[in-house]
Amino acid sequence: MSESNQTTGERTPQLKRTPLHALHREQGARFVDFEGWEMPVQCRGILEEHRAVREAAGLFDVSHMGEFIVAGPQAEAFLNLMLTNNISRMSEERAQYNLMCYPDGGVVDDLIVYRRSEEAFLLCVNAANTAKDFEWLERHVNSYDCTLQNVSDKYALLALQGPRADEILKPLTRAVIEHLEAFATEETSVAGRDVILSRTGYTGEPGFELFTPWGDAEPLAKAILEAGSALGLQLIGLGARDSLRLEAGYPLYGHELSREITPLQAGLGWAVKLKKEADFIGKETLRREKSDGLKRKVVHFRTGTRRILREGTPVVADGREAGRVLSGTLSPMLNEAIGSALVDSDAVEQGNLHADLRGKSFPLQLVKPPFYTSRQRKS
Amino acid sequence: MSDSKDLKYAKTHEWVRQEDNGEVVIGISDYAQKNLGDITFVELPSAGDKVTRGESFGVVESVKAASDLYAPVSGEVIAVNEALEDAPEKVNESPAGEGWMIRVRMEDPSGLDDLMPESDYQAQNG
Repeated sequence: MSESNQTTGERTPQLKRTPLHALHREQGARFVDFEGWEMPVQCRGILEEHRAVREAAGLFDVSHMGEFIVAGPQAEAFLNLMLTNNISRMSEERAQYNLMCYPDGGVVDDLIVYRRSEEAFLLCVNAANTAKDFEWLERHVNSYDCTLQNVSDKYALLALQGPRADEILKPLTRAVIEHLEAFATEETSVAGRDVILSRTGYTGEPGFELFTPWGDAEPLAKAILEAGSALGLQLIGLGARDSLRLEAGYPLYGHELSREITPLQAGLGWAVKLKKEADFIGKETLRREKSDGLKRKVVHFRTGTRRILREGTPVVADGREAGRVLSGTLSPMLNEAIGSALVDSDAVEQGNLHADLRGKSFPLQLVKPPFYTSRQRKS
Repeated sequence: MSDSKDLKYAKTHEWVRQEDNGEVVIGISDYAQKNLGDITFVELPSAGDKVTRGESFGVVESVKAASDLYAPVSGEVIAVNEALEDAPEKVNESPAGEGWMIRVRMEDPSGLDDLMPESDYQAQNG
């Protein structure tokens, strides 16, 4: 047996560790090198963890993600230049999904912006892109009356996600969580620790993300785990984080978004405000792409089999190559391989797409995500 | 579930169990299934197919990786474990028992001589 698509890396001493490293090690987690971080890929097993989040709740350590603070009288104007969504329409204590683009419409990163006050914003970016993003922002900030600060090593980030997340968190905080709407945030305390509590997530489930000082993350995680253990709460690794986000239809930078894939092609036009006043970086190209029509687009597919069609697998229409798979996994809830692909628009129109896996043809059934969430099951 | 002490192992993590009638049963090791994690799919040959020592006879997939299976011996496939089609998790649960993969009639029984006993295999993958 030989692994042809191994994603794990060697453990080397220079890998960075999150404050929950020891806790994961105690729980028997398996670690991988993820962009220079020694991160847990699984604890009890990817499929079991995935189901726990859909059926009960899961706690994720995503402290490797980057955080920046942008503050000052022109912070809003600066972010309106750098980002595609309309920052001016975000009130205090709200969060907003954004893309940061190059002039040609390619994506630097996707990120969540949190408005902390009139003049202060917290940006949460992908771990793999933290250094690149900071340089890109730094290159443009000088002409604006605001400061840019990398606080990635000050903030840890936990995510508590699943249909029982509210039930688990409620006794630990004075925040009135039933009034916390989607994309609302509140500065509060949980289990006696200062947090920015946010009604956001990356699983398609109800739940929260909690920013907390690096040093408070471990006691906070232990308190949440203790409160949730009787309700089925589990620690979740990056493996299930990936299958959960794909099942929910969320993009992952480096797959559905990249230097080469524009937000419009990725189906994220709702977060690209071409009508906003600011001429954000990439606006002209994206406006032209929209009026000319998309040449290719990201689609989501079911396969009807358990055979995973992995990244890079060619997509074929009428005997010619029309695209490639961007992400593929087994949907534990559908018990079927699912994925995303970047495909020529005319081939998508015609339909009849197949994936070609080592000479074998697999018909793709295109679907609009989410593939599955617990909310669907109830309805 | 059979005793893994009766098994012989290939470097590529397949095990072989010799039966009294000159046939062998083939699967993957406990070490291999643990490393793969949750197994989601197993592709096996059909009864009547030939397998050749050192060459691929199928694929085992987990969420994170797809891996070739290499035949530890040469011969004809007599039976395949069809239960794995719907329940590939049996390879995780019982790699040397219900998770067996194929049964082969060997061309040349001396092919077993190159395989390792359990203790050597364990030492190699400790």
